Amino acid sequence: MKTVGKGISKIDGMSIATGKPVYTEDLAMANCLVVKLLRSPHAFARINSIDTTIAEKLEGVECILTYKDVPKQRFSLAGQSYPEPSPYDRLILEEVVRYIGDEVAIIAAVDEKTALKAMSLIKVKYELFDPVLDFEKAIGHASIVHAENDVHCNFDIGMKKDLNIVSSHKVEVGNIDEEIKKCDIVVEETYYTQANAHAMMETYRASSYLDHTGRLVIVSSTQIPFHVRRQLAKALQIPASKIRVIKPRIGGGFGGKQTSAVEIFTAIVTLKTGKPAIIIYDRKETFSCTTSRHAMRLSVRLGADSNGYIRVVDIQGLSDTGAYGEHASTVFSVVGDKTLPLYNKTTAVRFTGNVVYTNKMPAGAFRGYGATQGAYALESTVNLLAEKLAMDPTEIRLMNLIKEGETCLTYNGKLLGSSTLHKCIEKGKELIGWKERYPAQQIDKNRVRAIGMAVTMQGSGIAGIDTASAEIRLNDDGNFTLLIGSTDMGTGSDTILAQMAAEILEIPIENIIVNAADTDISPYDPGSYASSTTYVTGMAVVQAAQDLKRQIIESGAKFLEVSSEEVEFDGETISMIKGEGSVRLEKLAEFLVLGTGKHQLVGNATYGSPVSPPPFIAGFAEVEVDKETGKIDLIDFVAVVDCGTVINPKLARIQVEGGIVQGIGMALYEDVKFGDKGKLLTNTFMQYKIPCRKDIGNVQVAFEESFEKTGPFGAKSIGEVVINTPAPAIAHAVYNAVGVRVTSLPITPEKVFMGMQNRINF
Amino acid sequence: MQIEVIVNLKKIKMEVDANEFLADTLRKYGILSVRKGCDTTCCGLCTVWIDDKPTLSCTTLSFRANGRKITTIEGVHKEANEFAQILVAEGAEQCGFCSPGFIMTVLAMKNELTNPTEETIVHYLTGNLCRCTGYMGQLRAIKTYLGVL
Repeated sequence: MKTVGKGISKIDGMSIATGKPVYTEDLAMANCLVVKLLRSPHAFARINSIDTTIAEKLEGVECILTYKDVPKQRFSLAGQSYPEPSPYDRLILEEVVRYIGDEVAIIAAVDEKTALKAMSLIKVKYELFDPVLDFEKAIGHASIVHAENDVHCNFDIGMKKDLNIVSSHKVEVGNIDEEIKKCDIVVEETYYTQANAHAMMETYRASSYLDHTGRLVIVSSTQIPFHVRRQLAKALQIPASKIRVIKPRIGGGFGGKQTSAVEIFTAIVTLKTGKPAIIIYDRKETFSCTTSRHAMRLSVRLGADSNGYIRVVDIQGLSDTGAYGEHASTVFSVVGDKTLPLYNKTTAVRFTGNVVYTNKMPAGAFRGYGATQGAYALESTVNLLAEKLAMDPTEIRLMNLIKEGETCLTYNGKLLGSSTLHKCIEKGKELIGWKERYPAQQIDKNRVRAIGMAVTMQGSGIAGIDTASAEIRLNDDGNFTLLIGSTDMGTGSDTILAQMAAEILEIPIENIIVNAADTDISPYDPGSYASSTTYVTGMAVVQAAQDLKRQIIESGAKFLEVSSEEVEFDGETISMIKGEGSVRLEKLAEFLVLGTGKHQLVGNATYGSPVSPPPFIAGFAEVEVDKETGKIDLIDFVAVVDCGTVINPKLARIQVEGGIVQGIGMALYEDVKFGDKGKLLTNTFMQYKIPCRKDIGNVQVAFEESFEKTGPFGAKSIGEVVINTPAPAIAHAVYNAVGVRVTSLPITPEKVFMGMQNRINF
Repeated sequence: MQIEVIVNLKKIKMEVDANEFLADTLRKYGILSVRKGCDTTCCGLCTVWIDDKPTLSCTTLSFRANGRKITTIEGVHKEANEFAQILVAEGAEQCGFCSPGFIMTVLAMKNELTNPTEETIVHYLTGNLCRCTGYMGQLRAIKTYLGVL
């Protein structure tokens, strides 16, 4: 292959690296109204009165909107294909506020200072309710977070509003109670995974204006332009055809921008005033008033026989979705989807539990999407089981993990496609020095170094639901335009999709113009989430390129007055296989668009996959723990990845390194915390610590390529799977260092220290 | 109030409020490479040079820059491009939103440190956060750029 598999630099790399004005704020009109939001200071309250009269009189204030001024149509901000599985439980503004930071009024003014001044002049009186803050006490709490009667679910997700249950989930294959009795050994543990902030460097922002035909145009830092268009149409009660959503370059997303935090507020201002507007969340708002990872409690029970075969996997969960149900049921179901298939020597498996509403900032999509929480709980328990069986934790996995061509209880007879997970484990052992260094080494009187490991899987797109389209146009000069609706948020997906098209068309990647994403121009794509772009949009691009190539050959043959079987195309020239006749591509391209009776060539394809082939990772951590203080230093992290064919090794490597470091943050530092009244406390980078350069040790990445026959050039996904192993692998390493099993994230020195005291005492 | 500054070698009179921060002023005057990431002096995105010293412009009051020389990435185009090419060749720009501030710090480090080691490089750049890349690729790029083995 000429282009696929090569470490090509990103097509937008130089522009974004050198600070060119290509992001949402840079592209906003100079005379935008500035939109600010008055937010609730109470976790749960009803607005008894709201007086905006003084604020409205302030010079420079354009409009102030309250719940009285917005359509009464409930919707969801979750970026999911229609019909969304997330409940329609929001209004743009509502009489009831459900968390500290919930929106009370929208203020638009000529500048920020005026908007803030106006905000301070709005008088609100609240009737306070007892908030639901502890998610373990949400079910059956005296307060009901969503008591309104017009919440709508497109599917039966098991909502029991009166009990604060958003959704219930149960997967059970085999008879757990019977099978667990047959096991020689049963281990059980309960884990708590915390809420995390995405902390993308570009905070949430969007601008809006009316175009020359009066249509509403939104420029937004979003992962989901087509979903945004549909949400806005529903929330604002205007036809989707009156809305255009443009995605420029994005300063990071990580799933955060799969939930539309800000678009609705600037859109409604532009609709009401007819004027361009912009909204930019500062870091504090981004931390406190958007979404986080779902915090969960997961109880895992594993049963095994004395040979070490895992026979029963039983996981019970509780997930905290906060005030609104974006991604509530789907994140939770992914916990089971991406854990139960891993160990397939089982005779019974179960995943069951509830997602609950609380009066806190909503949770939403975040890289890993439940698989991360599940991996921490399951893998930690597998490590516990290995210890009880006196087995090497890599050996128990090599014995029990599903292999290519095998099935598992939840696959219902279907077979796993590509996997090199076993090889990933072997390779990882080599790279971390497992033989020599497992489990631990004393460095000096106080410091111990130890290693730990975990494995994980994710998916590649959402099987049977998310469907992408692609178009490739042969331009009049012989170059190509690739039109896609996927949303490169820094990952390099625009580049790798161009690589795929270039490979099929046998042309240099420089000959392709990539245009993404604009709902007026791009073919439909759900957006970049669920690890879908390489795999799903990639297949659409491959098929569109094949379609165009076929048309080029046919048109070239017609031009040469022979049949298409008699010519070949090498990317530059269409030539007769036997004989002298040929036509260069640019000549043919020109011929196809000039004069009468012509037809410009456009290849297109729409692709949705019936399967979601899992990428795999084996992750290994080496930590150093100071026994005197509990301080943990990460020395080395090894990630060996099976993402199928690696389309661009350079960009894939960075995806892995970046995901591992986010996972390290989750494992050791990051913790969204709330005060006892429900106020989010960790609202700056001083309180919410993401890893800096000094916190990560060395990260080693290796690939064990497999060939996924349903994927483009054999590729699977990579975006999310990379975040799942650090937490369980580091927890394992810490246990091997000092014998403290930390079962709630993050693994802080304090927890390790306290654990050591208890261990010594008991 | 009015201040007079030299931005990228050009003398400019700027109208600023007393409580206005330099990052906002520079953006207002069209220097769009300067970005805010945190508002609390934590992330390094807004790094510019004031009199050749890297400074966080999100918490520097604009009037403090009065009479001084401000350099942004637009003013060190050649050096920035040279390093950016190495960075991009590593794939270590990813979303790119933190890159201008990061590159301004890297270039300042190059001027300031003689014979830097991996440890001194990491220490110098600790205040420049990046959420995408995991830092490893950035370090490889810097080591290539500075010829550090």
